[in-house]
Amino acid sequence: MTETIHADGATVPPAAVEAGGTFEPVVIGFTCNWCSYRAADLAGTSRMKYPPNVRLIRLMCSGRLDPSFVLAAFAEGADAVMVSGCWPGECHYIEQNYKMLRRFLLLRRVVEAMGIEPTRLQLVWASAAEGQRFAKEVGRIVEEVRALGPLAWNEAGRDVPADVRRDFSALEREEAAAIAAEAASPPDAPPPVTAVPPEPGIAVEVTA
Amino acid sequence: MTAPMSLPGEFDLAAGPLPEGVDSLSDVRVATPSDGRERIGVYICHCGSNIAATVDVVAVRDWAAEKLGDRGVVVARDYQFMCASTGQELIQKDIEELGLTRVVVAACSPHMHEKTFRTACDKAGLNPYLCELVSIREQVSWVHTDREAATAKAKAVIAGGVLRVAEDAPLEPLHVPIHPATLVVGGGIAGISAALEIADAGYPVHLVEREPSIGGHMAQFDKTFPTLDCAACILTPKMVTAGNHENITLHTWSEVTDVKGYVGNFTATIKHKPRYVDADLCTGCGICVEKCPKKIVDEVYEAGLGYRKGIYTPFPQAVPKYPVIDALNCTFFENGKCKACEKFCPTGAIDFTQKDEEVAVEIGNIVIATGFELFDPRRIEQYGYGRLANVFTSLEFERMSNAAGPTNGRLVLRDGVTEPRAVGIIHCVGSRDRNYNSYCSAICCMQSLKFAHLVREHTGATVYNFYIDIRAPGKAFDEFYQRVLEEGTVFVRGRVAEVTDAVRLPDEEADLGRVIIQVEDTLAGAQRRIPVDMVVLSAGLEPPHDAKETARLFGISCSSDGWVIERHPKLDPVATMTDGVFAAGCSLGPRDIPASVSNGSAAAARILGRIQKGEMELEPVRASVDESRCSGCRICNDLCPYTAIVFHEDRMVTEVNPALCQGCGTCIAACPAGAISGTGFSDAQIFSQIEGLLMVTSSGRMRSDEARETVTA
Repeated sequence: MTETIHADGATVPPAAVEAGGTFEPVVIGFTCNWCSYRAADLAGTSRMKYPPNVRLIRLMCSGRLDPSFVLAAFAEGADAVMVSGCWPGECHYIEQNYKMLRRFLLLRRVVEAMGIEPTRLQLVWASAAEGQRFAKEVGRIVEEVRALGPLAWNEAGRDVPADVRRDFSALEREEAAAIAAEAASPPDAPPPVTAVPPEPGIAVEVTA
Repeated sequence: MTAPMSLPGEFDLAAGPLPEGVDSLSDVRVATPSDGRERIGVYICHCGSNIAATVDVVAVRDWAAEKLGDRGVVVARDYQFMCASTGQELIQKDIEELGLTRVVVAACSPHMHEKTFRTACDKAGLNPYLCELVSIREQVSWVHTDREAATAKAKAVIAGGVLRVAEDAPLEPLHVPIHPATLVVGGGIAGISAALEIADAGYPVHLVEREPSIGGHMAQFDKTFPTLDCAACILTPKMVTAGNHENITLHTWSEVTDVKGYVGNFTATIKHKPRYVDADLCTGCGICVEKCPKKIVDEVYEAGLGYRKGIYTPFPQAVPKYPVIDALNCTFFENGKCKACEKFCPTGAIDFTQKDEEVAVEIGNIVIATGFELFDPRRIEQYGYGRLANVFTSLEFERMSNAAGPTNGRLVLRDGVTEPRAVGIIHCVGSRDRNYNSYCSAICCMQSLKFAHLVREHTGATVYNFYIDIRAPGKAFDEFYQRVLEEGTVFVRGRVAEVTDAVRLPDEEADLGRVIIQVEDTLAGAQRRIPVDMVVLSAGLEPPHDAKETARLFGISCSSDGWVIERHPKLDPVATMTDGVFAAGCSLGPRDIPASVSNGSAAAARILGRIQKGEMELEPVRASVDESRCSGCRICNDLCPYTAIVFHEDRMVTEVNPALCQGCGTCIAACPAGAISGTGFSDAQIFSQIEGLLMVTSSGRMRSDEARETVTA
């Protein structure tokens, strides 16, 4: 197997990953449609190089970032999450990135309390003109997470059979049915058993 | 491992007529249809070699068919150019023949071709919003070099798309009406051009200018390169037409202070600064200006070389003709005495009680034409501007060479009488210089050549042009360069190190009192000290000092330099990323007059098309509240900057007004009851995409396969 050298200078023999050698982190990046995703586009059109460890999800605004998206990413195997949006004061939706910032700061404490190093959850501001910054920050985060090693959060949950995975549409149907049932039943009657919706848990723990 | 490589020259062959059935260029893997699920087609683009050189497209195709079959993928194809009509036909054919209910295209950024593929699906009878474009070019092949890792990431990205697309819901685009009026911000040549085009087509325009007159920088120039047209002669008729146009409302001495709304339906607040002159009464006779005892250096129009009065029109051809009282310098405003203008005004038009006035205008589209500011050469101390009397800026030179300017067109030294015997013109001052601005200011070479010609013509002096490169790419530009060369102008290739009045060498004694230009002549390979009488600094162009605030006000983006960012630098050069806001002229970056005029007209054409259609389609990305789940907690109520969220006190529930909602999704993320959902970016779509992206490990294998192996091991 040939050794490949990443743009960021790290020498990574690809086969070594499978053999349990060099650790290649997987980073989920949440970007906003107007600034940071366009920064990523610009990095592309300018052929700037950054490590392939980041996988992006485009939201319309960083304000759309539901904290449970981040927890879901950790639960499903991400080693780190990068949240990225327009610089403060430059939000396409005027000020929604500030609202994301409030959640982000809180979420970082929650994540830390859950035993996840705060380095694994990072915030990057990038304007549509900052392809270079975007590429550089991705490189930095990947290196920092590489140094930390795998998150291995919920390792047991990784092999969850498809049939016990979250099915959101089913969940919503159940909830809707429960609400309808509740509305139909007389107010003083005890709520039917089905009225308790399943917890919209992020991780499904399966013990052997 | 070898991959199907294609050279750019193969484009025509690859994108040629689509053969019947399975074509030879793109093999196809058809998986067994899985019952009860969506039927998903995956299409992977080579983009010539743009993607295929870095991503093993064929391996990804086979993998998608094999590993994503149980997630609904029934067909996976690769093709040279998915965006070509033949590529689109592939998808359409599969929708019709294989009964696809969802489509994932792995190609370029959705900002590039999302619309293309959605339209293709629409034509084949599939709701366009059931098609996802995932980027494996801008986000994979163009930014990664390791083929194996890039292929693995492409798989992950496609898995994310496949899982997400299954959660997509069919949507209908929103239709919004387009208000026929347009706001043009900036009354320079770009703004005037845009305003005239729209107004001539019969639609109303509000033209806002910060200064007392429209005309912009072009009104300050004497001649225009390379034709040496008189700038005023070609600009003034346009200004007058704009000023008299029945469809143009001029808002000079005004600024936009607030913009609300969205494409087709903006409301802009325009602040009219007080002129202290009643426009309805003023006839523009100019007696007030004549009688005003206060003389002030005109830093704006005359670039600091000339004077104006406390009440003034910036230049004789100003549009509108009404003067403005400069309240900061007016004797009356300073000490309560004078009022000479009021005493002499024959129509009683002077009104010292005027205050700021705000008007709100309804508009459908906006053109930003806020122009540029000159780089301040004081920042380059070694060039001596502001310290050495006979160092001038390009704008000062323009004013001096203008027959209506402060010296009546005489090129003289700062003493106002002496004609120079030798003039040095320095190019690229503050441009192409990483200490200041690394970009090329585009107009300085031609401007400097024009100066060289004008100096020769006016004074016969020896002219030295100090340049890095001569950039003369426009029509008749290089011919003009040749002409200036033949006129005997001396061209010295090299960046000037210093402009000084210090005599350092014994034989320079005779040059005491002149300015000496120290330069490395890179063609001669020698240091030279050239004594001249006058130095002209061809200063670069910079965005207006408040460009960032302007961008914020209109919700558009600026580059780090401060120039407005185009929606696409090549294919959409006058649109911004905010729908309904266009840009023209130097607000986009340095450019010359013809380019500014073209930009203005282009923006106008874009807007006119929309106005004539009367309405436009918007992406149906909107939030909505499920009232049965809303607890009335009102957490979302304060989150919306567009006041789209309304609370119904009677029912104790919140509602989102879809006409005002812009689809950012902040309220969706904040709702603790999960009562707010968003089209296009629903929780289910995003959770599924997360799941899909993480199905594949960094080595490109299915995580579940790896986990299974670990367990069995």
